[in-house]
Amino acid sequence: MTGGLLGIEDLDRAEIQAVLDRARDFQAVQRASFSRLDVLKGKMVVNLFFEASTRTRTSFEIAARRLGADAISITAQASSVEKGESLVDTLNTLAAMHPHAIIMRHSASGAPHFLARYLPTPIINAGDGTHEHPTQALLDARTILDHLPSLEGLRVAIIGDIAHSRVARSNLYLLSKFGAGIVLCGPAPLLPQEMGRLAPGVTLTTQLAEAIRDADVIMMLRVQLERMHEAAYPGSEYFKFYGLRLEHLKLAKPNVIVMHPGPINRGREIASEVADSQRSVILNQVENGIAVRMAVLERVLTNGAVA
Amino acid sequence: MSRVVIANGRVIDPLSKLDGVADVAMVDGRIAQVGRDLDRTGAEVFDAAGLIVAPGFIDMHVHLREPGFEHAETIESGARAAAAGGFTSICPMPNTSPVNDNATVTSYIVERASRLACVNVFPIGAITKGSLGEELAAIGSMKQAGIVAISDDGKPVMNARVMRRAMEYAAGFGLPVINHCEDLHLSAGGDMHEGQVSTRLGLRGIPSASEDVMVARDLLLAELTGARYHVAHISARHSVAMVRFARHRGLPVTCEATPHHFALHDCEMKPYDSNYKMKPPLRHSSDAEAVAQGLADGTVGAIATDHAPHPGSEKMQEFEKCPFGILGLETALGLALEHLVHPGRITVGKLVELFTTGPAGILSLNRGTLAEGAPGDVTIFSLDREWTYDVNKSFSKSRNSPFHGHPFRGGPVATIVKGEFVWRI
Repeated sequence: MTGGLLGIEDLDRAEIQAVLDRARDFQAVQRASFSRLDVLKGKMVVNLFFEASTRTRTSFEIAARRLGADAISITAQASSVEKGESLVDTLNTLAAMHPHAIIMRHSASGAPHFLARYLPTPIINAGDGTHEHPTQALLDARTILDHLPSLEGLRVAIIGDIAHSRVARSNLYLLSKFGAGIVLCGPAPLLPQEMGRLAPGVTLTTQLAEAIRDADVIMMLRVQLERMHEAAYPGSEYFKFYGLRLEHLKLAKPNVIVMHPGPINRGREIASEVADSQRSVILNQVENGIAVRMAVLERVLTNGAVA
Repeated sequence: MSRVVIANGRVIDPLSKLDGVADVAMVDGRIAQVGRDLDRTGAEVFDAAGLIVAPGFIDMHVHLREPGFEHAETIESGARAAAAGGFTSICPMPNTSPVNDNATVTSYIVERASRLACVNVFPIGAITKGSLGEELAAIGSMKQAGIVAISDDGKPVMNARVMRRAMEYAAGFGLPVINHCEDLHLSAGGDMHEGQVSTRLGLRGIPSASEDVMVARDLLLAELTGARYHVAHISARHSVAMVRFARHRGLPVTCEATPHHFALHDCEMKPYDSNYKMKPPLRHSSDAEAVAQGLADGTVGAIATDHAPHPGSEKMQEFEKCPFGILGLETALGLALEHLVHPGRITVGKLVELFTTGPAGILSLNRGTLAEGAPGDVTIFSLDREWTYDVNKSFSKSRNSPFHGHPFRGGPVATIVKGEFVWRI
């Protein structure tokens, strides 16, 4: 990861495992308030967010500070991007300030990959368009492993707007690498058949009940109105056919966990009773976000050589 | 009297059904004679032994960006790139600024070309005013000023009724109608071919159906109107099949294909590299195969480059923001040899047709032959010379090519326009 972290697709299992293991070490640190390490003392990371995001940006900021790094956050609205500066110029300017890593969120798929070709600075992808969101998949895996012994052989249902979801793509790659079975579910126009060919062990269904049956993990995706370029489905009946409600949980394994990358839309893709139920691990995901991002920052900024 | 003799080459002139070693003599810019051991007295002699000597190549689909976008290309620079690619005639599309939708702009292009271009330039005029797809442009006046076809290239004519009227009107002036076939509602802001690669990269897809539905519509309109209709840069296998079907039924419809659509498919694109971004997009390998098959069986009548220069600043952006289009003039022959001739899909003679009599016939240009009295436009090329494309040495003002660094076997050696060498290695 010395060159940064652009996506899960290119990572091997050992590297993912190392991050997940290291994140477990950081969970304790993360729970103790005000604890701060100095692993990354003297390092500077820039959080560059071209797209609104409170939780991911904050999570990276906290992770960096917990490790003793200086973290600067720049949002597109506050930067010269608004004045028409090109992406290349913005990044060149930032690179000239010599940060040790750039954490980047952008609405265009491949924007971090494009920059990684021209900048020597390691880039950590904090979500690019409808492509990947690698730290989300890592924190999701960490969360699953906190509740279940192994990823292998699990049945994971991912439900919602699959076509436009970077969370779905990154999770699909990660879970597949560890031998989980993945069921993708959503309205057909949001469920491209090609998704089933991206990795081994992926199946598709338009039936919510079928997706949930015997599931160990249910991952709900946010209905991303901002990413819809057209009306691909009748929004009025989305919850009726694809909203997760309490009665659905009976179809799953008894110890099923319900996940959501947030922010949740109560009553749109998930019923309040489910979001607040004992089966929901949504807040664990948020917590693990910091631990996992600490592990990623440490690996990227210390060449993976962890003391 | 200026006299040039191209000596001892393998002369291929499809129109004269000639394929054999001979000399080609040109006098005062016209073909004077083709035969063995021609008189070389006082002539400039070019030894073409081991080379192919063909009628000058015609590229019926280029973008010269002038007027309006001279930072990307000019008539002069584009013509130089054409010459270096073995082309002696090029047809610039009308999507300049202002759009070539009236005789004034056409005359401007013709006049600039006559002074600055080292190859022949035959402009294509717009179908509709501003290429907005609504009101017909001054088609007849543009014809008088020198256009050889009409097209709103870059944009499809979305309104079927406007297309029908354009076909009817153009037929009255003997002009073919060229359409950029893309249903914009189906392509819906897509950036690349819709398929497994677009799904993996999270890029919005342009389905093959966006081309197919418009080709189908236009073929029906061509039948309704009797117009000469031509599909620009055909890329999808069903579209090729539909044109084949229409031609079998005797309709006067034709199509062209670009080298990149038979040379590359979507899996070969470098992720998020805008040098692979064009319209129509690089499609599935089965589509590239269908295009090559169409070229071999005569369904596709011409190879055209869709040479589309864009300056680096425009191509150095987020993939979704980058404009569509790549350079094509200098690599077309090399790619056609690599993907069509060397694998034995077509003969060298057929390749020459696709670059000469094919486009000349579609546009009714009095070119594409070495018959006595024809314009002295000659392309001399090699079947085996090894070379590597260096886009940084391109004559184009732009650098957007996915073939930079690509090794070629065979390519242009010299280009002659009106009896004068305009380029040679």
